Amino acid sequence: MYWARKSFTLLLTLAFVLLLTFFAFRIIPGNPASAILGMEASQEQISELEQKLGIEGPLHLQFFRWAGGVIQLDFGHSIRFSEPVLSLIASRLPVTLSLAAMSLAITLLVALPLGIAAARARGRFADLFISLTSQLGLAIPSFWMGIVLILVFGLTLKWFTVSTFVPWSENAWLALKSLTLPAIALAVPQIAIVVRYLRTTMLEQMNEDYVRTAKSKGLSNANVYYKHVLRNALIPVVTVVGINFGEILAGSLVIEGVFTLPGMGRLLMTAIGNRDYPLVQGMVLLIAFTVIIINFVVDLSYRWLDPKIRLK
Amino acid sequence: MPLLTDWVKKAIEPEPSSQQRNCRLPEAGERDEDELLAVRNLSVNVKSSSRPVIEGIDLTVGRGEIVGIVGESGCGKSVLSLSIMGLLPSALKLGGGELRLNGQSLHQASQRQIRSMRGKHMSMIFQDPMTSLNPTLTIGEQLTESLRLHLKLGGREARERAVLWLRRTGLPRPEAILSSYPHQLSGGMRQRVMIAIALCCEPELLIADEPTTALDVTIQAQILDVLFRIREEEQTSILFISHDLGVIAELCDRVAVMYAGQIVEQGTVEELFESPQHPYTIGLMKSIPKPEKKGMRLYAIPGTVPSLHDRGEGCRFQSRCAHAAAICLDAMPALEHRGGSHAVRCFLASGERREMDV
Ligand SMILES: Nc1ncnc2c1ncn2[C@@H]1O[C@H](COP(=O)(O)OP(=O)(O)OP(=O)(O)O)[C@@H](O)[C@H]1O
Ligand SMILES: [Mg+2]
Repeated sequence: MYWARKSFTLLLTLAFVLLLTFFAFRIIPGNPASAILGMEASQEQISELEQKLGIEGPLHLQFFRWAGGVIQLDFGHSIRFSEPVLSLIASRLPVTLSLAAMSLAITLLVALPLGIAAARARGRFADLFISLTSQLGLAIPSFWMGIVLILVFGLTLKWFTVSTFVPWSENAWLALKSLTLPAIALAVPQIAIVVRYLRTTMLEQMNEDYVRTAKSKGLSNANVYYKHVLRNALIPVVTVVGINFGEILAGSLVIEGVFTLPGMGRLLMTAIGNRDYPLVQGMVLLIAFTVIIINFVVDLSYRWLDPKIRLK
Repeated sequence: MPLLTDWVKKAIEPEPSSQQRNCRLPEAGERDEDELLAVRNLSVNVKSSSRPVIEGIDLTVGRGEIVGIVGESGCGKSVLSLSIMGLLPSALKLGGGELRLNGQSLHQASQRQIRSMRGKHMSMIFQDPMTSLNPTLTIGEQLTESLRLHLKLGGREARERAVLWLRRTGLPRPEAILSSYPHQLSGGMRQRVMIAIALCCEPELLIADEPTTALDVTIQAQILDVLFRIREEEQTSILFISHDLGVIAELCDRVAVMYAGQIVEQGTVEELFESPQHPYTIGLMKSIPKPEKKGMRLYAIPGTVPSLHDRGEGCRFQSRCAHAAAICLDAMPALEHRGGSHAVRCFLASGERREMDV
């Protein structure tokens, strides 16, 4: 029942995204054929090229042609690169996804201990320090953070080489190294959000009766916090992290520009600039699909954390 | 090492029977062999204003003894029990006085020392079983963690013991309950689990803070039955907090009546129920519904408990007392002995008030 309902919503959302990606971008004025041929092209030349690119005729027929292809995993050919959309995306996706995954990992690794520490030190120096710093982290835009990181760790200290991305398949260690700085830049505001949120939910949970029961057994403070309180406090935090993953993904499109990483971000910019309809549509669809999958994973971890939902 | 000698004595000597039980109020500073918990002149204050929530509390619980505490809502019963457990909410703190368990001071003990006693030597059952268990952990996890901590049992031993204890509380299919979560159990079942958690390490003192108030009447009787059956077998001392005078009369050896943060009368159950002396106690007894008075309106003590801020210099009950005189407004009566273990905090029952009355 759960799976049936879940798959149905998944399909429905995908169909909606499909529609939106196609029509939203077509509303914007501009034409790829005239973009390619330049100002002097005649009307005949333009319609000839349109026919070749498969963007002629009524819009709804174009849509059905495209959607029919998508269902068979055929996303069409890129206009700008004259290459299949799918292979273009496949070459760029690993960079963006590993960047997003890395910054999520950094976010959790740093934010969870800090949030717990702030809650435990409530009102004392450590709490004030963490809260103040996270306020600052929230105010700094990622791209600016990226530039500062490049200046300090790349150009001055020379700990990281900037602007040379090594693919995972070539050298995993160097790939990891070239993604570290942008991942940190992306993670900083996320860390700030999660720390503040976790601190609040931990403090809320600490007033609950079951905490008093746990203490009445003689458990150590660490045990009470990490075993009893954290698990309950994480339930709402997971939702926030899930919603923010979309944000991380969007952020990585931007930060790729700052660090000149060959990811989806730069490909998307080029595609939009050239009115490369098939490529833009394919990429937006894929990004939406990723976000939907992430939400699904969030839902699963939610069920794992909260037995009330799991056992319903 | 008074604690160690206590343990040795306890191990060699047989438990005193209830007839031999010493029922008088020990004087301050006195150390009684049979004494398990001693509360001496204890007060608990609000941190921000230093206003006392409870004050001048004197209470002793002997080994194997059941002591009841009654009093209206808000008189400080839970605050008293939490202060014994060292679990006061952060807005409150211990004031003056003394707290001893097994002769060891709880007042001066470090957090670590108190922690090692919680669950092992003293434990507590709370008022609301619906919220007192962690919703995200299985019953088994919540029950075995104290067994593993205090009795150093391994995983399998702890599980076996947990099953044993769940069975003792009368829960059907204890193995299945071990792997279920609190929301899958009813209130009565959860309170049985709480009893198992509180008693599984065989503490000497159990504090039961209105363990049945949140349950419906038929379940209440079952829970009390379980609690007192196990305590017969284990000889656990109980500090039993309740609104229900009937239950107190039936189950307890001694009773303390609390009013607005103070003990106003205490004694054995016989002393208190046969000759109540404080007007508040008399009022409480009158308000118990009786079958022969069927159809008549229930008696209720007029007025309400004064709030923390409205407590004056004089007797706390004075504003609701039919016998209040001038002195009751000006001075606070002391808790004075009235023969046996009976003690009363009232001028009416003492010489001063009698003289003024004529
Ligand atoms: N966290 C707190 N902060 C400030 N005051 C408190 C706090 N907890 C309790 N008090 C004060 O202590 C008084 C006694 O509360 P307590 O919970 O001990 O009453 P009780 O006798 O257990 O009542 P009930 O029968 O309703 O459980 C309250 O009236 C309140 O003024
Ligand atoms: Mg209470």
